[in-house]
Amino acid sequence: MINALLWLPLAVGFVGFFLPKRLVGWWATAGALATLVIGVIMAFGFDNGAAGLQDTVNTTWISGLGVNYSLGIDGLNLFLVLLTAVLWLGGIAFAAFREQERPQLFFFLMLAAETATLGSFLAQDLLLFVLFFDLMLVPFYFLFGAWGVDRTAEGGPTAPQATLKMMIYTLIGSLLMLVGAIATAIISAHGGQLTFSIEAIQHQGLPLGSQRWIFWFFAAAFLVKMPAFLVHGWMPDAYRAAPLPVLVVFSGVLAKVGAYGFLRVVLPLFPQATAQFQTVILLVALASILYGSVMAFTQTNVRLIAGYSSVAQLGFITAGIFALRVDGSDGAILQMVNHGLVVAPLFIIIAILVERTGTEDLRSMGGMAMRAPVLAALFLIVALATLAMPGSANFIGEFYILNGLFQAKIVFAIVAISGVAMSAYYALRLYQGTMHNRPRSQQNQGVASREISLRDGVILAPLVLCILGLALYPQLILHRADPSVQQSVSAVTGDESESPDTNLAVNK
Amino acid sequence: MAGEGFNAPHVDYAGISPVIALTVGLVVVLMSGVFGPTKKWAPGLAVLTLGATAGLLLWHWNDNLSLVSGAMRVDNLAISISLIAVASAFTTILLSIRERAADEAGHGEYYALLLGSVLGMVLLAEAENLVTFFVALETLSIPLYILCATNLRREGSLESGLKYLIVGSLGSATLLYGMAFIYGGTGSTDFAGIAHGIEANGMLHDPLILIGIALAAVGLAFKTSIAPFHQWTPDVYQGAPTPIASFMAVATKAAAFAVFIRFFVVALGPEVGDWQMGLAILAAISIVVGNVGALGQDSLKRLLGYSGVAQAGYMLGGLVVASEKGISSLVFYLAIYLFMNLAAFAVIVARERETIFGDDIRAVRGLGAERPALAWPLTISMLALAGLPATAGFIGKLYLIEALVEGDYLWLAIFIVGGTMISLAYYLRVIAAMWMRPETEVTTPGRAATGPAPVISGASPEADPVDPDAGRRWYLVGPAVLAAAVTVFFGVIPQPLVDFASHAGASLF
Repeated sequence: MINALLWLPLAVGFVGFFLPKRLVGWWATAGALATLVIGVIMAFGFDNGAAGLQDTVNTTWISGLGVNYSLGIDGLNLFLVLLTAVLWLGGIAFAAFREQERPQLFFFLMLAAETATLGSFLAQDLLLFVLFFDLMLVPFYFLFGAWGVDRTAEGGPTAPQATLKMMIYTLIGSLLMLVGAIATAIISAHGGQLTFSIEAIQHQGLPLGSQRWIFWFFAAAFLVKMPAFLVHGWMPDAYRAAPLPVLVVFSGVLAKVGAYGFLRVVLPLFPQATAQFQTVILLVALASILYGSVMAFTQTNVRLIAGYSSVAQLGFITAGIFALRVDGSDGAILQMVNHGLVVAPLFIIIAILVERTGTEDLRSMGGMAMRAPVLAALFLIVALATLAMPGSANFIGEFYILNGLFQAKIVFAIVAISGVAMSAYYALRLYQGTMHNRPRSQQNQGVASREISLRDGVILAPLVLCILGLALYPQLILHRADPSVQQSVSAVTGDESESPDTNLAVNK
Repeated sequence: MAGEGFNAPHVDYAGISPVIALTVGLVVVLMSGVFGPTKKWAPGLAVLTLGATAGLLLWHWNDNLSLVSGAMRVDNLAISISLIAVASAFTTILLSIRERAADEAGHGEYYALLLGSVLGMVLLAEAENLVTFFVALETLSIPLYILCATNLRREGSLESGLKYLIVGSLGSATLLYGMAFIYGGTGSTDFAGIAHGIEANGMLHDPLILIGIALAAVGLAFKTSIAPFHQWTPDVYQGAPTPIASFMAVATKAAAFAVFIRFFVVALGPEVGDWQMGLAILAAISIVVGNVGALGQDSLKRLLGYSGVAQAGYMLGGLVVASEKGISSLVFYLAIYLFMNLAAFAVIVARERETIFGDDIRAVRGLGAERPALAWPLTISMLALAGLPATAGFIGKLYLIEALVEGDYLWLAIFIVGGTMISLAYYLRVIAAMWMRPETEVTTPGRAATGPAPVISGASPEADPVDPDAGRRWYLVGPAVLAAAVTVFFGVIPQPLVDFASHAGASLF
């Protein structure tokens, strides 16, 4: 089952090469739908109360090197897997409705990216995780570079240049992570049988000295991927270059792999180092919240508004994880799913708007709500969820995160709250700018004439329904994530109680 | 039958049968060129010879024989490296079909020289004695000096041959000088005898031996194109006929690494702590110089030349730790290097004949849309050389880094990933040219006739007629696709190759 979930998208993508051009989009959509169905069936079979891995697969892959092909589902990745399947279905369907150049290759790369992303969520072997984490980037390199938008007219880079920048930034992190992973396995083996199994390494433990530097190798990879403040340099160029259907899944899911990596790998394997560097990471997270928010309400390119808001949101999620409390991390997982569900429709709406107005500049958009009330209503729900309106699942997520942070580090929590306030500003600014204001330039008179098409509505409406559904019943995620989160977090806090000189003392 | 008082050394003919097969094949191929009707048979006979050699090599798999009074040793290391050389020669013959160089140099000679070089490589991989070592190295090199210059109408080819001759001779002379010192210091030409001689008072305390080892290492670094002894590599690759460049990139490197390993592990094994750091520094320099040098290269062959310098640096890391895993990872990397390079060179050969751009990066522009069967192999080759997952290149780097970290050379592992980051900039540039740029106006010869031809130094479009269908020929597309498929296969299912490499590594310990 878990193998089918992982490899089905890639297999579908291969078959797509042999189909005629006009069919391949639908074939890919069907494949993504089938993947989602498998994911949902697995979610129904999920044992809610258990903390350990379920549906595991574990076979030797490279025996001489200690690498196993080992997959599994638990509370940490169950909903991220579902999120991946949902958003890829949305992104692929959205692309299928439109003309693509070289469609076989396009959909093959999209589906290959889905397999790689699912792989990095499902992998329970450290090296397999690193492998999928790196592999994820390759399809996106081609998608951004070959189907992307050149920005030379605006003085920006061409799509290949922007993509190369992204590749180098992100691979610096992930290649260091490869060395870190190998060092982790070798040091923890203490000269014995080499294994990359995350569970086994956690059991064997690492000396603090090694934890310290390996922690940063992993943190670098994850922070770049998010992206966090200071290592976000690739994001503006890449977001402007990316084709919008691809950006739906890229922004919706890939950033979460970084945050997920902290919970899956860093907290359990490097607990003492995590406790030691808690403050540093929290500072980076706060800086991301503030910087991302400020940039989001100063930018005029709608893609970048969404992009920088992601930086801020991911800052929130990181802060939740590094509160090193169960409620903070519970909230982080909920918020990862929430943010994915919010940012994906946001980019779909942006894509629709850009098609209608022919511009990405917020200043020349506007007035859409009058003639496109359904689109406006859907957008309003998304915007209100983004600003974490009470009643939305994002509110619950941020509440959990802040609650955890308050009890761990009250000063950080107070600063983080300002991020909540700012998110209201940029979300509403984006909504008003596109829907309400009259465009300042009069050349877009044709703007107000077209409602969302039925086919785009078919994609957008289910995503918005997911947002509403989660708002009504966030326990769906919280309840299932909690046991696994406790396991991850207790790896750190359990050690903390043994060494009281660390941060816990400050809080009391 | 032997006269009294004369004891001929015992020769295990079964053990040296691959060498005999190659020698006989070489003579037959050469003769076939002399007699008119058999002229066209030369490539076929050469392939036959290589097939027989490969069969005889495989026959000795898992044997460990000392031959000709300890001058040679047939073990899994020698066999695996010889197989890599034989495979590389086989693909070189495929790529040479309809190559101008092969025709101009006369069929027989071209293929006979190629077999002669393979003979040197097999001997070198088996060498366990300074004399065999040197003779084998020259047997390997001299045919290559000539082969580089076989493209008689290209200035670049002649220049390449001359340059390789001069630099190669310098390398050989350095090596020979070093060998003289080692013999002077230890009184033995035998690797085991050298080990014994050094053990007496250590390698650092005897200046004679120390100088000898240093000079020998420099000579070997010339042959494996380790920086700072790499300067000839990009020039020679660029000028040499492309099939020969592909042969040199893989087979020469493999054979030179084989003797590099054997000399350092067998003859200098007990002093491992004294030379490790020196080789590690060479490896680090090579990684930096190779990767930085490859940035901004427009000639694909020069790019692969510099990339080869960097890759040699990665591989040397396996020897630095001098552990079983280290040597295994080196052999693994050499094996996948064969496939990664072959895919790239086959595409370059095809595009050289198809377009007027030679090996310039412009020749592959828009290849993704125009010739997917060539674009995919080159793409996979570049991704694999950059070490991205789902290709054998990733497993190779993983293997090397694991060996380095286990051997307490973490900093060299970080150099490898640092080099890999730099390398992305030039490998991905090739990929971007194939898939992400609009097709250039002048790519096909039909249209070239109307537009002005670009200037290529040392060549003229008139003298190098293009073959508009080169990109569809089975002998070019076949090797490219197959090599790329193997690269992906071993990236997904690496176990068979890991087993192969670990057998080779185990044979020395």
